[in-house]
Amino acid sequence: MPEDLPHTFPRLLLHQAKIRPDRPAVREKDLGIWQAWTWAQALEEVRSLACGLAAQGFKRGDRLAVVGDNRPRLYWAMLAAQVLGGVPVPLYQDAVAAELAFVLQDADIGFAVAEDQEQVDKLLENLPQCPQLGCIYFDDPRGLRHYGQGKLTSLDALQALGREHARQHPEFFDAEIAKGRPDDIAVILYTSGTTGSPKGVAQTHAALIATAKVLVAFDGFTEKDEVLCYLPMAWVGDFLYSYAQSFVAGFCLNCPESPETVMTDLREIGPTYYFGPPRVYEAILTQVMIRIEDAGWVKRRMFHAFMGLAKRVGMGILEGKPGVSAIDRLLYRLGGLLVYEPLKNVLGLSRIRVAYTGGEAIGPDLFDFYRSIGVNLKQLYGMTETCVTVSMHASGEVKLETVGKPMPGVDVRIADSGEVLVRSPGVMREYHKRPDATRAAIDAEGFFHTGDAGYFDGEGHLKIIDRAKDVGRLAGGALFAPKYLENKLKFFPYIKEAVCFGDGRDEVCAFINIDMAAIGNWAERRNIAYSGYADLATHTAVCDLIRECVEKVNRDLAGEATLGDSQIRRFLVLHKELDADDGELTRTRKVRRGHIAEKYAPLVDALYSGKPSCFVETQMRFEDGRIGTVSADLSILKAKTYGGADTRKAA
Amino acid sequence: MSASRTGGGPLLEVQDVSLAFGGVVALQGVSFDVREHEVRAIIGPNGAGKSSMLNVINGVYHPQRGTVAFKGRRHRRVDPHEAAARGIARTFQNIALFRGMSVLDNLMTGRNLKMKCGVFAQALYLGPARREELEHREKVEAIIDFLEIQHVRRTPVGRLPYGLQKRVELGRALAAEPELLLLDEPMAGMNVEEKQDMSRFILDVNDQMGTTVVLIEHDMGVVMDLSDRVVVLDYGRKIADGTPDEVRRDQSVIDAYLGVAH
Repeated sequence: MPEDLPHTFPRLLLHQAKIRPDRPAVREKDLGIWQAWTWAQALEEVRSLACGLAAQGFKRGDRLAVVGDNRPRLYWAMLAAQVLGGVPVPLYQDAVAAELAFVLQDADIGFAVAEDQEQVDKLLENLPQCPQLGCIYFDDPRGLRHYGQGKLTSLDALQALGREHARQHPEFFDAEIAKGRPDDIAVILYTSGTTGSPKGVAQTHAALIATAKVLVAFDGFTEKDEVLCYLPMAWVGDFLYSYAQSFVAGFCLNCPESPETVMTDLREIGPTYYFGPPRVYEAILTQVMIRIEDAGWVKRRMFHAFMGLAKRVGMGILEGKPGVSAIDRLLYRLGGLLVYEPLKNVLGLSRIRVAYTGGEAIGPDLFDFYRSIGVNLKQLYGMTETCVTVSMHASGEVKLETVGKPMPGVDVRIADSGEVLVRSPGVMREYHKRPDATRAAIDAEGFFHTGDAGYFDGEGHLKIIDRAKDVGRLAGGALFAPKYLENKLKFFPYIKEAVCFGDGRDEVCAFINIDMAAIGNWAERRNIAYSGYADLATHTAVCDLIRECVEKVNRDLAGEATLGDSQIRRFLVLHKELDADDGELTRTRKVRRGHIAEKYAPLVDALYSGKPSCFVETQMRFEDGRIGTVSADLSILKAKTYGGADTRKAA
Repeated sequence: MSASRTGGGPLLEVQDVSLAFGGVVALQGVSFDVREHEVRAIIGPNGAGKSSMLNVINGVYHPQRGTVAFKGRRHRRVDPHEAAARGIARTFQNIALFRGMSVLDNLMTGRNLKMKCGVFAQALYLGPARREELEHREKVEAIIDFLEIQHVRRTPVGRLPYGLQKRVELGRALAAEPELLLLDEPMAGMNVEEKQDMSRFILDVNDQMGTTVVLIEHDMGVVMDLSDRVVVLDYGRKIADGTPDEVRRDQSVIDAYLGVAH
């Protein structure tokens, strides 16, 4: 890795277009065929977009909103804004119009690039509140022919305009790039915000590029690597691990055909590195398990036998540890031939050199599953404010319960309160327009306060327990880490979400959300008839199934000294799926425990008062924005607890 | 939006068509026209003769009396394959797809009439056959993209949910690049969301591909929203014809739907 790489993204683009003009920079599947753009072609696309924007009056410091699925031109539009000294602001594509309004106003958006009619509609809906939004560009013209809005222009037209502008002012593009400084703001990323309204995290070119360099060097990425961009563009994970790293390492970004085709696209591209939050890995595993249960007897037996072997010796082999017998090694080879490799091939993981997970803790069994079949899955820890990168597992030093050692150049300190503090080149410049919040988050020494509680173990690995403010205590004084329990529950393929309560109370109770795909399949195989989600969730057989899962968790917890008291005494299965549209999850699908406790207060009371059942009626928002209600009579279910939890409580 | 769409002259003229099966009279002296580029709905209570009307238009039934003129050419007797070759495609009330074949292959069958190479050339995948196949595949991919069914491209149709199968059937009809598209209850048995999707696709087909659409539908909301003009049949007779608003106010239509003392 040459140390003298340029320090702004536009200059990196020029650099890549010069040293590897003919390597693919971006691929997209269109009409069933993967289309590639080389770095030289990408440069021309960006040039026409940037000049087009300039011709339309985009000035230095202006902000460009980008909203839609991962599309090449959306990435290039971000770069075009950076060329002109502007700031791209990627937005979550599944946010409803009202949610976009806040960001459009907060970031004072004057220009926006939208993927399609759906996104254009949401922007137009916000026009009355956001009069400063003067120009909207769209990628896909479908359905927009009759809009006739003066503010709407297609990206094709914008690029045509840009090419004309570039002909008349051939020096303009390079001169604009030359004006860019490393400490200019490169992007504003809005955090999903578990509490309060989202905050815009302003990151500089220098911070992002310095971090990307560290990451590229850490796992040795080269121009030959391939990555599939399927995560929301508004998430820092995509910005850093796809966008920033590809400019530093020169590898190719692959844009899926549509969000529904990601699994197929993954298989076709065979990425060499992969980044996803645990839920993505979980969804893949759930799919595998369902299909194995449906497979023939021979395949099922073979799968389970070899997975047993993999669980026993697979991780040792992956990490090159001694102590695996020759026979086991031979069997594992055979397993590779018969099970692991075909399985990885189906999942599109055949060529994976390294896979990351982060954003949330990952279930131990989930983590082990991937590692045991030879996928080098590693945990990392970080947040938008630190360019994600705080700590990461180094290959060969993977410890499931930790998030690895701090990355090179990152200073991690544990405050007396147990909070994790971070100082690194990647720490954000500021929260956009929120000096108060910035001062609260970054102290005088430059340490960012993460809000997570954690500690270093004996080997210098960082271990994160929970959000500092979520870690509570039971009335008896024992430690209560809700997320830890929820993650344990969520590992079961049948459980999609769980919410645990217990802070300041005598015992722990939980809400469970079933996984419709897994349980639906399970029910079908047992000839259990059901009419919909609520019906299935309240079925007694399903309740019994979930009870078994909860009791297994309890048995596990009984073995852990600090958390034995956190065994789940009572739980209920919710009649509706927790959903971001109803404010129950954040856009990145983290449960908003406080909001849920408030919204379902009668249910929480019922759990603790020992009632046998509770009637509930809930409003829910449909995808088209209408509001309906669902109601159900939910049984309160008791779960067995294990191993003298009571004696410990007394002590 | 409807005003801009209905400027064209008549693409299809149905004149005085009568059809009977033995003693059962399905259609009696029905006349109406379909203008180029419009969405024309045929509505009516059960057994009013709507599907029979579509079957007459694309040549499945041959009327005892009356004529159907498509693009100015008048004829009494036309067979389904001739109708298809002239540019009339249709979907069916009960889905009629090849259930064991993938979505892609089902759509490719829709290109059948456009294929020029012989069986022999195709089987050996000779140069011209190969080029032709690529061309057809490109057209089919455009339709897959248009109908947003990329994720099931390779899935056997029999494994798809009902709403998607309906969409695939529409796709197969579109693969023939028809000038006139006949849709027999495209939204039967769908939930609200699926109906919305299907309505959007029908409007997009009409708008972007310029295809004229004749559709039979029971959901009045859908009919009133989608169509430029509506024909109402009852007991094989035409009882009203006009814009959705006119038809909605028509007393004989109200009587036919709500029932009236005879």
